[in-house]
Order: sequence, then structure tokens, then C-alpha cells
Amino acid sequence: MSQYKLIRCNINGRDVEKMVDVRASLTDMLRNDCHLTSVKKGCEVGECGACTVLIDGEAFNSCIYLAVWAEGKRIRTLESLLGPNGELSDIQQAFMDEAAVQCGFCTPGFLMTAVEILATGKVYSDDELRKLLSGHLCRCTGYENIFRAVKKTMYRRAGREIDF
Amino acid sequence: MYDMKALYEAESVVHAIALRLEHPEAQIIAGGSDVLVQMREGRRAGKELISIYMLDELRGVTLDEDENVRIGSLTSFSHITRDPLIQRCVNVLGEAVDQVGSPQIRNIGTIGGNTCNGVTSADSASTLHAYEAIVELTGKDGVRRVPIKDFYIKAGQVDLRPDEIQTAILIPKASYENTFGHYIKYGMRNAMEIATLGCSVNVRLSADKRTIERCRIAYGVAGPVPMRVPSAEAAANGERPSLALAERFAEAVLADIKPRDSWRAAKAFREHIAVELARRCLIESVRKAGGVME
Repeated sequence: MSQYKLIRCNINGRDVEKMVDVRASLTDMLRNDCHLTSVKKGCEVGECGACTVLIDGEAFNSCIYLAVWAEGKRIRTLESLLGPNGELSDIQQAFMDEAAVQCGFCTPGFLMTAVEILATGKVYSDDELRKLLSGHLCRCTGYENIFRAVKKTMYRRAGREIDF
Repeated sequence: MYDMKALYEAESVVHAIALRLEHPEAQIIAGGSDVLVQMREGRRAGKELISIYMLDELRGVTLDEDENVRIGSLTSFSHITRDPLIQRCVNVLGEAVDQVGSPQIRNIGTIGGNTCNGVTSADSASTLHAYEAIVELTGKDGVRRVPIKDFYIKAGQVDLRPDEIQTAILIPKASYENTFGHYIKYGMRNAMEIATLGCSVNVRLSADKRTIERCRIAYGVAGPVPMRVPSAEAAANGERPSLALAERFAEAVLADIKPRDSWRAAKAFREHIAVELARRCLIESVRKAGGVME
């Protein structure tokens, strides 16, 4: 017997109400009910990070987060990063400039974690930054360009020169 | 979709207890980073779940009236690491849980779930044992407090009664005062790794920093449940910190630990790294406590 629950939350700045199956993960809800397909289904067991979204400002693997737990939360997906006229955000532009994207499957997750990192306003050391990015798997890029894109944006926002 | 029979959402601790009694077969789910994965892989498929995740009253770190550090069971690893009280009183616990899984896992994983799993490799467990943490369990007849060493019964089984949920973990004042510790996790890689072995040591030095007044050491994965190592503690208590002592202390752990062969590592290898981790953890703990190894 199916069990449903009405969920009220804020997704990418809009208050929404969704009737969700209690068996659904947040990935299921965001992709199927909200059509936010930047949220990728990768491993579905919280290892690859492709489904990462921000919940109240913190990065979570939405595949191992029950949709019903979204109640009252503020959720952000990659779709929220674009400006009002579709402009790319600085971190997205940096991913392009540094060729941090190949197949693109891991990219939305990496970007959302980068948003969480950059929001702290801190300038992390390389080791700290690698650790903060370690919840994502990328099979194409070898990580170096992703690392550079995040580091570059972090330095730019702090008004500092980069020393790769 | 998860293969879940039903989901019962607790709205308060009292409600969670009622749900436990009403649905004795149901599995409690806190952050879900173990339970949901096990459900996905089939081990817990078709089960009923009692979710306590939305109980914000079980989140946060405070000092209770006796100045014990009280960690709400649903406090996430990342919040523990960032907490000023943890950093001041039991910094090693914050460092230990900062080695769990990945950043996203540390945002969802809870210290209550980490301990209620009853798993020997839990990154919080060795430090909680080394600090003689107290587990607070709330049931229909009230609150019960159990020393963490008694909470662990055997691999995968903890002392949680059918009407109870774990509501907090306490680090007693006497346990953290003037005490400094160090944790080392040994794994094949840094992120998304289960510890091959975890070692947590802490020391309290005398006022002149020349005597180890109290030394405690505990391991994860050195036996079916996390364990203290009395033989090594006895070797260090009352002694002057020195590199020679660190060697004696480290060798003494072999009298008590009981690691096993598994696909992750051989028994002999675990024994080897257990000695080395003990030595390094003691040296680092003494350094953090302001002492000098002679």
C-alpha cells in the first residue's frame, strides 16, 4: 500500500508543495516531481556525489536523503546558480575556463559542493580544499582542473592573486 | 524509491518511544547514511522505518549542570567538528569524526547513528571509549545512562531496549578536564573509507608536565567491538613521558587487542599498525598536552 505525504519546502527560492511517496529519495523528488535534472542519479548510495544539493546551505547527497525530510527546508540545486538572464555564475564560468568539465555527469554535484565551500568566505589551503572536494567522483578529468576552478574562484572572491 | 514497507515519522522523543513500542520490528533511522544504503543493497529491504531525523531537540552540543559535554544524538559529524565546546573540551572527537566518509556524509551522519550501529570501525567510537563517554537512552520509564563500554554488547548489537532511543552522548567533566588526545585512522585512502584500524589516545599530565597522570587508549577494529587497552594504560600511568615509554606503551597493546583477518587487512598487519598508531598517538597527545618526550 502506498503511503504519501504533503511536503512544503523552498526549492531554488520558490515555496512549493509536493505530495511525495514516503519511499522516495530527495533525488527522486527533485528529478521526477520538480524536473530538476541537474541532480544526477549516480551510485545512489552516497559515494559518488553526483546528486549533491544544498539543504539549508549544507551539501547533502540527495540520493540518501528521504524526500519527506525536505519539509521546511531550503533546497538549492544547480539550476539556482544562473542569473536572472541566464548568466553563468563565477564558479560555473571558472569550470568552463579551466576545462573542468568533460562528460559533465559529476559537474552539478561538484558545483553545489563548491558553492558551499565558497559561501564560507574562507581561503582554504590546497590540502583543505582537496579534502572538502573529496566527496565526489569524476572519471574524466583527473580532478586537477576541477580543483583549479574552485581554487581560482575562491581566490578571486577574496580579491587575491592565484598562485597555482 | 526505497524498498520500504512503511515510514513512521517521530514528532517528539515521547512519540518516538510510542512508535518503537507500536512497531517492534521497525528500524530506527537517524541520518540514514547506513540504513538507507543497506536498504538499497537489499539487507534491510522491505522493512519498516521509524524516522527520528526531524527531531531538532536532539541536535546540538551543550554543557550540562555538572559541566559534562552533552552531545545530542542527532548532531551531525560536521557540526561536532565545528562546535566551539567540542574544540575546547574534546577537540580529538571533532578531529576523529572529521574523518568519516566524505563532507556530504559528515553533514548527514549522526553520532547517535554511528554508535547505535554497534560497528567496531566507527570513527567516533574509539575516542568515545577513550573518554569513557556515557550514553543517554530515553525510554517509557525515563532516562538511563550507560557507560559506552557496556553499551556495546557485540558486533552490531548495542544495549538499546525495545522502548528506547538514544538521546545524547555525554563526555564527563572529569574525563576531558586537562586532557588532550589524538586519533589516527588507518585506511587505504582518505575519503569514503572504513577504518582498517583506528586508535585514540588521551593523556592528562601533572602540573609540571613531567608525569603522565592518566593515559587512556582505545581502538576500533582491534576486536568485534571498540575496546580500551588496560595493559598499555597501566604501562603509561604515573610514568615520565619519553620515547622509550612510548615504545613500551605501544608494545603493551598486543596483550589486549584481538584483531582478526578480514578482506580489508590481515590480523598480523593490524597488530603491526596497532603498535605504530599507539606510539604515534601517545607522542602527539603528550605534545598537545604541553609535555615533552625525553
